[in-house]
Amino acid sequence: MSAATKELLENLNALAAGLFLLTAFGIVAMRQARGCLNLFILQSLLLAASAALLGLRYDSGHLYGVALVNLVSKPIIVPWLLRRTSPAEIYTRREIDQVLNIPTALLIALALAIGAYFVGTPLAQAVGPEFRGPNVPIGIAVLLLGAFTLTVRREALPLLIGLLVMENGAFLAGISIARDLGMLVELAVATDGLVIVFIMGVLVRAVQKQVGTTAVGELASLKETATAAAEERPR
Amino acid sequence: MSVIVILLLPLAAALLVCIPFGRRWVPGVTVVFCLADLILVGRLARQVVTGTVPAQLLGPAWSKWLAVDGLSALILLLIAFVGSTAAIYSIGYMAQSNLDGRKLRLYHANYSLFIFSMLAIPVLAEPTLVWIVVELTTVCSALLVSFENTREALEAAWKYVVLSLMGAGVALFGFMVLFAGMHAGGGGIYTWTGLVAAAPKMPPILLQSAFLLILIGLGTKVGLVPMHTWLPDAHSQAPSPVCALLSGIETTSILYVIMRLFPVIQAVPRAHATTWALVFGLISVGTAAFLLLQVKDYKRLFAFSTVEHMGIILTAIGLGSSVANYGAMQQIVSHSVTKSFCFFAAGATLLMVGTREIAAIRGLIRRSPLTGAALVFGALAIAGAPPLAVFLSEFSILKVGLVQGQYLVTGLLAIFVVIAFFGILAHVNRMVFGAPVSPSLEPPHSPKALASSRVPFSCRLALVLAAIPVLVLGVYVPKALQDLLAMAAAALIR
Repeated sequence: MSAATKELLENLNALAAGLFLLTAFGIVAMRQARGCLNLFILQSLLLAASAALLGLRYDSGHLYGVALVNLVSKPIIVPWLLRRTSPAEIYTRREIDQVLNIPTALLIALALAIGAYFVGTPLAQAVGPEFRGPNVPIGIAVLLLGAFTLTVRREALPLLIGLLVMENGAFLAGISIARDLGMLVELAVATDGLVIVFIMGVLVRAVQKQVGTTAVGELASLKETATAAAEERPR
Repeated sequence: MSVIVILLLPLAAALLVCIPFGRRWVPGVTVVFCLADLILVGRLARQVVTGTVPAQLLGPAWSKWLAVDGLSALILLLIAFVGSTAAIYSIGYMAQSNLDGRKLRLYHANYSLFIFSMLAIPVLAEPTLVWIVVELTTVCSALLVSFENTREALEAAWKYVVLSLMGAGVALFGFMVLFAGMHAGGGGIYTWTGLVAAAPKMPPILLQSAFLLILIGLGTKVGLVPMHTWLPDAHSQAPSPVCALLSGIETTSILYVIMRLFPVIQAVPRAHATTWALVFGLISVGTAAFLLLQVKDYKRLFAFSTVEHMGIILTAIGLGSSVANYGAMQQIVSHSVTKSFCFFAAGATLLMVGTREIAAIRGLIRRSPLTGAALVFGALAIAGAPPLAVFLSEFSILKVGLVQGQYLVTGLLAIFVVIAFFGILAHVNRMVFGAPVSPSLEPPHSPKALASSRVPFSCRLALVLAAIPVLVLGVYVPKALQDLLAMAAAALIR
């Protein structure tokens, strides 16, 4: 492989990683539940692209496997599982009253991303000189953005996607530094993600049946403060 | 071979209960398979102690995936023991809620899967696979937490899943950094033992970041304090036998994964791993001790005490010497057996009075002497009254702290333990011996309470079985167990 091709592949990978970060910002800002899901699918495709490009660059068949697993499980099986398990209501929900408004949320997200850059760069350099690529800082940033999404959203679908985004972030960083983790492990992790979606879908359905809402983040009757729990409990 | 059988038994039980053979079949299968597992695990632990296991048990091809040493054998033993008593307890407890056959089968299938996922943690040798089974414990227990399908139970299950998985996301990155570090240090086999061997050559920054990421990520599931918020909810809303599993052994088996990192990180001269353990441990003990004072729900009381005990164990590990590690192992054992007993007693109370509120229960000893006595015994045992198991282990940890000259840490730990002691006993004392404020405040037999006002036989049996180690380990630790504890403690030091 010529040096020019290598550089081209590295640049393409950087582009995919950049867009990957952008989708995470989109998920933080997106009000519409369905839109969040679409952005997440786009993000998973970009993760697959990054894995494939790195696989080509470093000639690692294992990374092709990662790309393939991501291509199948997240854009196809996750939406299918959600349709099977959860009420259709979760797609149509829109969050009007958020914990934070969009500009504030985006500003915090930006701060997190910059922080991740300063943490991630020395980390990647410690692994070796050939890991200069943007994957580690961006992966950490997306991990943090996913966690941030989890803290500010109340609706079931954005919360679930926040979790999956965290996992995507960990993977984007992981594929660049831990290239040959083992196929069995990759497959198990992918299956695990699907089981999570299944269980959370079942829980959302139960909540919707029992409480009549899919805004699971608003459930807050379990507390130590004296009145809250006692008043809400039907006697 | 026997390791594989140990793992396969709960899976087989989960499959078998799905066959609709009637109401006795389902709990029967779970109990028989759990007891069989206990026997096998006991044999395996004996082999580990006498040193006849590793080589011929698993061929060399397996050693990359499965490995059993003293520490794993100890955790396996606890899981199998609490799993068995809780399975026996489940028979009577679940019979009281008049479930239909499908729901009962669902409970028992989930129960066995949960046991399987926990048993897999200590025997798997490859860290990423361990991460996956840690995820599995969350997934398998989520539906058990939400089993009663009330608003509160669903809320608890949701918080449990979201926070545990958040932590798991962080831990996943930690494990990948660990792998990368090993690669950068020249490679090796990615197993716990391989890591210990490769650690001196790994870049310290990667080792340290991986340690912190995993401590924070998995610490969420252990219930270490800033990340503990889900724990009292999930550990109080689940059906009582499940609470015994969650509090008694799930937290411990996740803590085991963190413990595996200590010999690895000790390769870095100034990694401060023990300092982190001390900080997280003491903060957990302290916060839990004060939160204990203001609970309104007696199952939450025991849940906070779990946070406290996880903190004590981590503090003991943070002291860093081999004697302190021995104390930590002792504390792990005494906490598991005692906490499962406490939740059995709390479940019996719930069956008798039908409410979880401390304020609504007064004079329990008059209504049901057995439940009242069990609750007091459990409270005394978990709070650390002599001569019971927790007293012995807490005492030895405090003694080690003093011997090592860690006066500040030991002093704080002692103060927090005393606060928790009085917190737990004040609440339970009022519930059991307190005079009824007025007859109208006494809850009339609420519909959820038992009609016969007798605790089911299997629950009583489980209470007795669980009480035996609580009593015995306070005065006498058998030689074989001492050896096992020493081996487990040795696994924490390179």
